[in-house]
Amino acid sequence: MFNQYETVFIATPVLSEAQFKEVVAKFSNLVTENGGEILHQEDWGLKKLAYPIQKKSTGFYHLLEFKADPSFIETLEIMYRRDERIIRFLTFRLDKYAAEYSEKRRKKVQAKIEEK
Amino acid sequence: MASNQSEIRYLTPPTVEVKKKKYCRFKKNGIKYVDYKDPEFLKKFLNEQGKILPRRLTGTSLKYQRKVAQAVKRARHIALLPYVTDLMK
Repeated sequence: MFNQYETVFIATPVLSEAQFKEVVAKFSNLVTENGGEILHQEDWGLKKLAYPIQKKSTGFYHLLEFKADPSFIETLEIMYRRDERIIRFLTFRLDKYAAEYSEKRRKKVQAKIEEK
Repeated sequence: MASNQSEIRYLTPPTVEVKKKKYCRFKKNGIKYVDYKDPEFLKKFLNEQGKILPRRLTGTSLKYQRKVAQAVKRARHIALLPYVTDLMK
């Protein structure tokens, strides 16, 4: 049964732009390979952290929203822990209201992109 | 007697604490989900040190207070909100 998940991860600011793209690509391919389906991706770019993580005070944020079966989440988290470029991650299962909310949010973000 | 009373001019008029009826903003606006990704909204439920405000001050109902607390803890985990700070607002 496919649940809807949302994962946010922070990569170390030491990475160059290209390396960060590669990290993002690595995880999105991981989702699609294991039969997941990516609904939405958001890149918040370099942001200031509220408190230093591993002595770094900024980080590349990336949001990934996807549908996958529950067993996949375990492999995803193992990959996160193994990859040392990721300094923090959070996966979150969207319930009914959360899914509605993200639906609305996606439309807003899409509308903003079209305006630009 | 009354005249010199009025002579006392306060720098700022004394604000009488009017008792306003507290309401749960989630029930009123029909918000069903507290998003952990936007810190601006969550900051309304934190005090200056970044601690979660109790229900008696914010007036939110128990069900939504738990959702807010959960969202704040998640936001702290991904460093959108600090665990402890001073003069955050």
